Amino acid sequence: MKSKINTAIIFIAAISLSMGAVAQDKIAMDGSTTVGPIAKAFAEYYAEFKPEVKIAISESGSGNGVKSLMNGACDIANMSRFMKSAEFKSCVAKDVLPVAHTIAFDGLAVIVNPENKVGALTLKQLADIYSGKISNWKEVGGEDAKIVVISRDTNSGTYETFNELVMHKNPVGKNAEYVGSNGQARSRVNSTKNAIAYVGLGFADNTVKTLSIDGIIPDAKSVGSGKYPIARPLFMFTNGYPKMGGNVYEFVTLCLSKEGRAIIKELGFIPVCEE
Amino acid sequence: MESGKKHSLIMGGGQNFMREISQRIGRGLLLSITAIPTLAIIFMIFFIAKEAAPFFGNLSHTLEFFTSSNWAPSSQNSPHFGALAIFYGTAMVTLGSCVIAIPLGIFAAVCLNEISKKAAFFKPMVELLAAIPSVVYGFFAIVIFAPILQEEGGILIAAAVFLLGTTASIVIGICAGEIFAEKAFKGYFAKRSLLIKAIMILSGIFATFELSLSAANLKIESGTNAFNASVILAIMALPTIVSLSQDALQAVGRDMREGSLALGATRAETIIKVVLPCAKSGIAAAIILGLMRVIGETMVVWMASGNALKIPEPFFNFFEPVRTMTATIAGEMGEADQSTGSDRYHVLFAMSFCLLIGALIMNAAGQFIGGSFRTIKK
Repeated sequence: MKSKINTAIIFIAAISLSMGAVAQDKIAMDGSTTVGPIAKAFAEYYAEFKPEVKIAISESGSGNGVKSLMNGACDIANMSRFMKSAEFKSCVAKDVLPVAHTIAFDGLAVIVNPENKVGALTLKQLADIYSGKISNWKEVGGEDAKIVVISRDTNSGTYETFNELVMHKNPVGKNAEYVGSNGQARSRVNSTKNAIAYVGLGFADNTVKTLSIDGIIPDAKSVGSGKYPIARPLFMFTNGYPKMGGNVYEFVTLCLSKEGRAIIKELGFIPVCEE
Repeated sequence: MESGKKHSLIMGGGQNFMREISQRIGRGLLLSITAIPTLAIIFMIFFIAKEAAPFFGNLSHTLEFFTSSNWAPSSQNSPHFGALAIFYGTAMVTLGSCVIAIPLGIFAAVCLNEISKKAAFFKPMVELLAAIPSVVYGFFAIVIFAPILQEEGGILIAAAVFLLGTTASIVIGICAGEIFAEKAFKGYFAKRSLLIKAIMILSGIFATFELSLSAANLKIESGTNAFNASVILAIMALPTIVSLSQDALQAVGRDMREGSLALGATRAETIIKVVLPCAKSGIAAAIILGLMRVIGETMVVWMASGNALKIPEPFFNFFEPVRTMTATIAGEMGEADQSTGSDRYHVLFAMSFCLLIGALIMNAAGQFIGGSFRTIKK
């Protein structure tokens, strides 16, 4: 089944690519579900200002993005992690030279109820809370109350980021509740006194309290400078550097423009550069 | 004259043939339209079984699936497929909503059919509950009901227990007192029944009061839990149970009631001893149909139950988050076929298969019981 779907995706992508070779205004993208929303928002922007450029976006995970790029099935591979050396080697072996374009930073805010006394956690404490080793707020300097641990569902890119950067791929504890969206996580924390959750940085507003992690409050500056620990760059990989002025070039550099930065901020990510 | 008339009635060979053809075409067309849903269900069962087979083919996985509650299908190094906690969650939420919905539903149906004169107003209102989309129920559960449970949960539950318990003890006290008095004190029946009823009602109310006192001290840490999901699902199952139960009660003929009353039975005796036993298969079918809605519901449990992957501690604690099978399938399906290999994909189909088998068994039970109900109706 999996291979059939992949074949179908590759087949469709191959057709679109061959058509693109004629018209030169087709961009095929594949890869991460985390980067997917940015790619889609950029594509919407393109649809408004450059309707002649047709953009096809698949979201099959970072690993599959590399495979597509390697096989020439896509122009841009969206990745929420850097390419592994084995992937790099097999790309080069197929005469594909991957070039990374950093398009945004993805930072996760750890949020608690505004009434919670705790204002700071270390990364280690956070991991212990989510693995279930720490189960009471008094162990981290708060009141004597059981911690209600709220996690995103395992489907989401947010979960994947958290699982990698905080949990180091260890499983989240059995007591954790799972919610289906960033907004739902925030609303649960807002209404539950002893809850803790993580959301994309854009979702941490004043209805909840954002914790500092290892002494650093997440904001555009601390994430962009790499000081905040729960953050990672998001990439788009192309085969070689795209032709200057071409559609792919404009697409991967859109994130540097004013409009691109606004789109990225709106989605809750951090733009690579500020004015 | 006579022969001409005869001639016009008999169709010629060609006419007869055309009639036969058009009849067959019409019948075939209608039959094929009827066959579409049947084919759809056969195709779905076949497809789900086919996709679940690779998982059940692996004996160690299957064993783990039913006996362990270590669920980590997305782990790349050591995936685990223990679904016991998920089965348990489904059972728990279903049981919880049964406990709430069945008595409420039957009481409401009896009231609508036997007692209230405003049934024409109340019944459409109850049926309107079925028209609310499940995501709206889920939204209600998470935004309104969960915070209320956290803040005022103990008091709310105490009030509900007291209200329902008092009503139930009055109703049960009156009915049971009457029957008990009749059986135990023949002859003194008229004098003693009131006293026995009073004792039964008062002890019922006292027990309820004690129960609600202990409930008032309850502290609920997280409002999205098995109880929340049970309550919301019970509300969703109510329209089915009330509406179909009332139909069943209505189907009990006027002659039965009048016969019972003519023999000197009171109204309560008539309802409990004549009407309810006559309608019991219809009510059972109503309950099963309501239950199926509860088991199959996805959106509400995904939003209201908290989705924690564990069997609550202690096992009867309804105020802990649980995860159901439907929520697991909905929550994990998105990445299942692409991310970490096919086991994760097939295990969800294995779960769907179990769910489907459960639903089919219940449906068959409903058909069986409902079938005997229809024969009684005649």
